[in-house]
Amino acid sequence: MSAPILVAERLSRRFGGIHAIDDLSFALNEGEIVALIGPNGAGKTTLVNLITGVHPPSAGRVKFEGEDVTGQRPFQAARRGLARTFQIVQPFPRMTVLENVAAGALFGGGQPSVAAAMDMAREQLAFTGLTQFADRPASALTLAGRKRLELAKSMAMRPKVLMLDEVNAGLNSGEIDGALALIRRIAERGITILIIEHLMKVVMSLAQRVLVLHHGQLIAEGVPGDIVRNEKVIEAYLGEKFARRFSAEKLNG
Amino acid sequence: MTRRWLPYVIFAVWVIALASTPFWATNYIVRLAVMIAMFTALTLSWNFIGGFAGYPSFSTAAFFGLGCYAGALAQRAGVPMVAAWLIATVVVSLFAAALGAIILKLKGHYFAIGSIGIVEVVRLVISSWGSLTGGGDGLNVPLLTGGPNAVARIFLVVMLAIMIIAFLVTVYVDRSRLGFGLRCIQQNEDAADMVGVNNTLYKVIAYTLSALFCGPIGAAYASWTGYIDPTDSFSIIMTIKVPVMCLLGGPGTVLGPVVGTAAFMLLEEVFWANFLDYNRAILGAVIVLLIFFLPRGLLAIPYGKLGARLVALLQRPKVAS
Repeated sequence: MSAPILVAERLSRRFGGIHAIDDLSFALNEGEIVALIGPNGAGKTTLVNLITGVHPPSAGRVKFEGEDVTGQRPFQAARRGLARTFQIVQPFPRMTVLENVAAGALFGGGQPSVAAAMDMAREQLAFTGLTQFADRPASALTLAGRKRLELAKSMAMRPKVLMLDEVNAGLNSGEIDGALALIRRIAERGITILIIEHLMKVVMSLAQRVLVLHHGQLIAEGVPGDIVRNEKVIEAYLGEKFARRFSAEKLNG
Repeated sequence: MTRRWLPYVIFAVWVIALASTPFWATNYIVRLAVMIAMFTALTLSWNFIGGFAGYPSFSTAAFFGLGCYAGALAQRAGVPMVAAWLIATVVVSLFAAALGAIILKLKGHYFAIGSIGIVEVVRLVISSWGSLTGGGDGLNVPLLTGGPNAVARIFLVVMLAIMIIAFLVTVYVDRSRLGFGLRCIQQNEDAADMVGVNNTLYKVIAYTLSALFCGPIGAAYASWTGYIDPTDSFSIIMTIKVPVMCLLGGPGTVLGPVVGTAAFMLLEEVFWANFLDYNRAILGAVIVLLIFFLPRGLLAIPYGKLGARLVALLQRPKVAS
């Protein structure tokens, strides 16, 4: 097997006295889909922020394609091929949908001219099914549309690793099915995906591997089927008392 | 197709109108044309940082005043006039680039206050450094030969030239990668960073561009008037007027600064001539109303729709009463 594409080595980040990320290590292999789960406040978004350079880590290193990229700035991460979407969508509200995607193509995707970026943006709009909204302002899209726009914008950056921060939060089940299909098609292009997700339906059907984060530490790692039976994971989500009752019921029933 | 060329046609007509004033208008109007050309160039400059990048800069008077003094001092040291203007351009641009790297870390109101502070700091340094700048007594600048009217004509050409160059640079930026990136920064700076825009670099370039033309404008103004002092060169009124003109026309557009400056200065003239006592108050009220009801400027009015509605209104058959 080839060397992993993205490696986090003993990453830590403190905010005041709080260890948001505490001595955490993991690696992503090229082409895999990995889910990152954990209760609210576990540090999932902080971890993505450390990797993309929104916050510098207090300790530890990030390696991308074998190169040490610790402390890079977000725009450098984007140009290297490390794209991410935001939990709270971040469009350019008064630009058209097409221009939003072209921004990704022009800067992160390294297109040589505005015209070339527009062409590439049209391709990505077709890929994500947004072509009919190309000339509308981004602020006119529905939430599902804006989440899709984030994906189109990221894809226009020609990423090697794509980190999706709760792209399904707030969507109805029909919209989620659409998003799932789209994420699968992105993965088919050979892009490595790290997906932060609360919906177990998404995790179970997409991820080849699951990382579980709790209080800034990795408490479990494995295939989805094992993770849902892991005692530590159940305890992290339900609390110690309920976890004990849950396992007692399982023994009795 | 015609819509795309409309701004350039309007600009060309406006340049010809201003340039032709010596042939058909009074000397007062010629002087006004020089001032319009000068303020249009200043407003086009401000548009780079305030319009495209959306950073509310109040530094214009600092750059203008520094340009006045750099040009005047160079001319007094025996440098030919045009070379002195070029020196002023370089000095002011370097000053802005060095300053921008620091001040652009501030955002929103903090940036606005920081940028207005710069005007005061530079003014105080210039007025205290008496041995070099003459302090509060000001500086005399070698005058051009010829009467005031002939000189005004020369500076009409000079200011129009600077205004045209500023406009051409605006057109280029508007279509380029730089302009696209600045618009991204204006709308959502975090998102711009995430799609790969080098925010710091782009903002410093925009801030430097906003200063670049203020250098030669200030230096040429000093050569024109023949005398400068700190109060006149670093005027708080100027530093506020320029952003207001741009907002009035339409920030972040190619033609907005041109239209806004023209509208503002013509309104100013009308109120000055007709309401000698209350002109400032009336002008202030008009500005407040315009910005309140037209936050994206005069260019954002849907003129086509308004025209169609007017035509429909006129064609409606009159109901007999």
